[in-house]
Amino acid sequence: MSPSHEAPRSRPLAGTGHLVRLILRRDRVRLPIWLMGLAGVTAASANAVIGLYDTPEERAGYRATVENSAVTRLMAGIPYDTDTLGGIISYELTALTGIVVSLMVIFLVVRHTRAEEESGSAELVRSAAIGRHAAIAATLSVALGAAVVAGLLESAVLIASGIGSGPALLFGAGVAGLGLVFTAVAAAAAQLTSSARAALGIAGAVLAVFLVLRGVGAIDETALTWLSPFGWQDAIRPFGESAEAWPLLLMLGLSIVFFALASWLVARRDFGAGLLRGRPGRTRAAAGLAGPTALALRQQRGLLLGWAVGLGLLSIVFGGVGREMQTMIESNPDIAAVIAGSVDDITRGYFAYVMTLLGVTTSAFAVSSALRLRHAEESGHAENVLATAVSRSRWAWSGIAVTAAGTTALLLVVSLVTSVSHAVVSGDRALLWPVVRAGLVTLPGALVLAGFAVLLHAWAPRWALLAWAPVAWAFVQAYLGELLDLPGVLAGLSPFWHLPRVPVEATDAAPVVLLSALAVVLAIAGVLGLRRRDLATT
Amino acid sequence: MATIELESIVKTFGAVRALDGFDLRVESGEIHGFLGPNGSGKSTTMRVLLGLLRADSGRVRLLGGDPWRQAPDLHRRLAYVPGEVNLWPNLTGGEVIDLLGRMRGGLDERRRADLLERFELDPARKARTYSKGNRQKVALVAALASRVELYLLDEPTSGLDPLMEAEFQRAVHELREEGATVLLSSHILAEVEALCDRVSIIRAGVNVQSGTLAELRHLTRTTVIAETVRPAAGLARIEGVHHVQNEDHRVVMEVESDRLEAVVRALADLGIASLQAHPPTLEELFLREYGEEVSA
Repeated sequence: MSPSHEAPRSRPLAGTGHLVRLILRRDRVRLPIWLMGLAGVTAASANAVIGLYDTPEERAGYRATVENSAVTRLMAGIPYDTDTLGGIISYELTALTGIVVSLMVIFLVVRHTRAEEESGSAELVRSAAIGRHAAIAATLSVALGAAVVAGLLESAVLIASGIGSGPALLFGAGVAGLGLVFTAVAAAAAQLTSSARAALGIAGAVLAVFLVLRGVGAIDETALTWLSPFGWQDAIRPFGESAEAWPLLLMLGLSIVFFALASWLVARRDFGAGLLRGRPGRTRAAAGLAGPTALALRQQRGLLLGWAVGLGLLSIVFGGVGREMQTMIESNPDIAAVIAGSVDDITRGYFAYVMTLLGVTTSAFAVSSALRLRHAEESGHAENVLATAVSRSRWAWSGIAVTAAGTTALLLVVSLVTSVSHAVVSGDRALLWPVVRAGLVTLPGALVLAGFAVLLHAWAPRWALLAWAPVAWAFVQAYLGELLDLPGVLAGLSPFWHLPRVPVEATDAAPVVLLSALAVVLAIAGVLGLRRRDLATT
Repeated sequence: MATIELESIVKTFGAVRALDGFDLRVESGEIHGFLGPNGSGKSTTMRVLLGLLRADSGRVRLLGGDPWRQAPDLHRRLAYVPGEVNLWPNLTGGEVIDLLGRMRGGLDERRRADLLERFELDPARKARTYSKGNRQKVALVAALASRVELYLLDEPTSGLDPLMEAEFQRAVHELREEGATVLLSSHILAEVEALCDRVSIIRAGVNVQSGTLAELRHLTRTTVIAETVRPAAGLARIEGVHHVQNEDHRVVMEVESDRLEAVVRALADLGIASLQAHPPTLEELFLREYGEEVSA
């Protein structure tokens, strides 16, 4: 009898457990931030709704407003059951929670599959005793787990807010179901392309298409909403008389279709390859790509464009609902307190509020753009530049100039779009320039926060990410506004608090000039710091 | 005039002394090999020379200037290939080469085209799709396409295949003919032996050996292999003889270069059947320097 050497069995899932632990270890900060952020926003929003719409009259006012608002329907779908608190909370949250959960799993899946393969870390892993499909199985397990946890957290938060447990669980299930669908979408997208960015782009585009289908369908309540998982999420109607669980089955079915597509693709491609090939690029640099400014602009082009599109859409909505705000606020004194304070002209109060909010949101671009210097340093790209005839100062100022110019351009887009959107929808041109002015007046606030980021990166590089703290604070301050009734010392930590509330107040030049000067001083101090310290090296 | 002068350079990162009284002198027009194990301070030295890091103490002169204060002016006259090449993932190789060349103050178009062909590099691909070797080639083409006085090359061939390695050696020979100075840090000893006029060996932030290859060899031991007519006993007692391995008539030993005469005499007394002597290869030099670190 010949000795039987057992042929090595192919165990495509071997090592999945190890990889799950690796993913959880790598994402131990990121994932909880997504989940806690989601739960936090839900809790805040639920409490706000409960405070603002505690009487049937107030709910009726809300209903009247959203029922007839095409813009709101475009964003958030069909307003179901808005005569209940749960219904209002759900309607307020549906766009946000759905998008957040979807983005969470898309980023997670692409980061641990295609991006890993692209960076080469996956090769290291696959060469170990790890099965062919272990990486994708581990990633999908974690993504599905995260989606389920997100759903449970949503339910828990709603139950804690006093919403009945049955509807709350159904709502959570809808959120988890969306997570499931986009886990599958991202899994397929990651197999389709050979670059992580392209995979993110494809998954993001699918997300956008589904959102648009739901939004456009919701305006006239047509069948289009049934072509989108977001429409199915709405159709569950957890807070209505006729709550339905079966749309969850549609989500499950669609996920199975995308999972099948992903596994079909996995079996048909080589390691590192994708189905869609990258196109060849330029063999020579354009004449303009000759210095650090052109380089910084090229590196931030995509970031800037993405922000311009996102903020532009947001501005259309914010501008477009300007007129509806009048009815909404008149019917609800609680909202008036948040938005308009003691302002006589509600529409002006609304725009002062909204433009500050948009200014603060733009400052997030400013800070992420300012932190590109840090990214350049840590990735080793700065070393390439600084080993040429480019000085530290020139390198730093190039980045700062692009940040300042990009922030200005974004605010210009935001201001013009909001203003024109309002003028077109309301037919009232009186606020055309005041609204533009209101947006532009926030520029020094955003630049101060960007300057602070440069300063931190220069003098305390390890703490550079703290530059986000004032952005978050400014957002809370601007969002909740008068409601918090903060003492001036605390509120004043947000640079935006010091700026005049245009178009309610006159454009007072003093704070604008002072904050601009502060931004310049912060930037200069930052550049001086960058000149005197060692470059971080890889 | 020396192109590079480092005198008692100290550079610490927290508690780690990356450079600990390091000296280095590279004369104008020479190809200088820079050897050392991983983490011995080679890349730190390169970055001090570029003014990316500031030395805690000591004297740094590069092309007659101070690289910390005059970096941009000095950088017009040099080109650098970093040890770890990180390119902008969304730029093509061709764009990176042009961009770096322009920021350095211009590159030689003919040399650019020539190098792209010789290194078989496709400049139309995005940097994110390049392998490590191809990223290295992008950095090499970008550096070598510039006509400058000094080339700082930090392990430039670590990702290249043997054919490309040969092409690299040819390119460095051409630089030498033009009179350029090259500081070449490397792990590949054959490359250093083939290219370099002088060599410095760094260990734990200290320059442990510097000189021409001939000088370094002279400072160390010659390997002697002999077969003798009578049993070769008693050789180990001669001063300057080490590591004697004796099998009756055959003996292998290491001899300090200035003691060779006494050893040859002793062997002659035993009757020589065959005799080989070879100077240490760079590999042996290298292992000796590092081996002591391992055993210490």
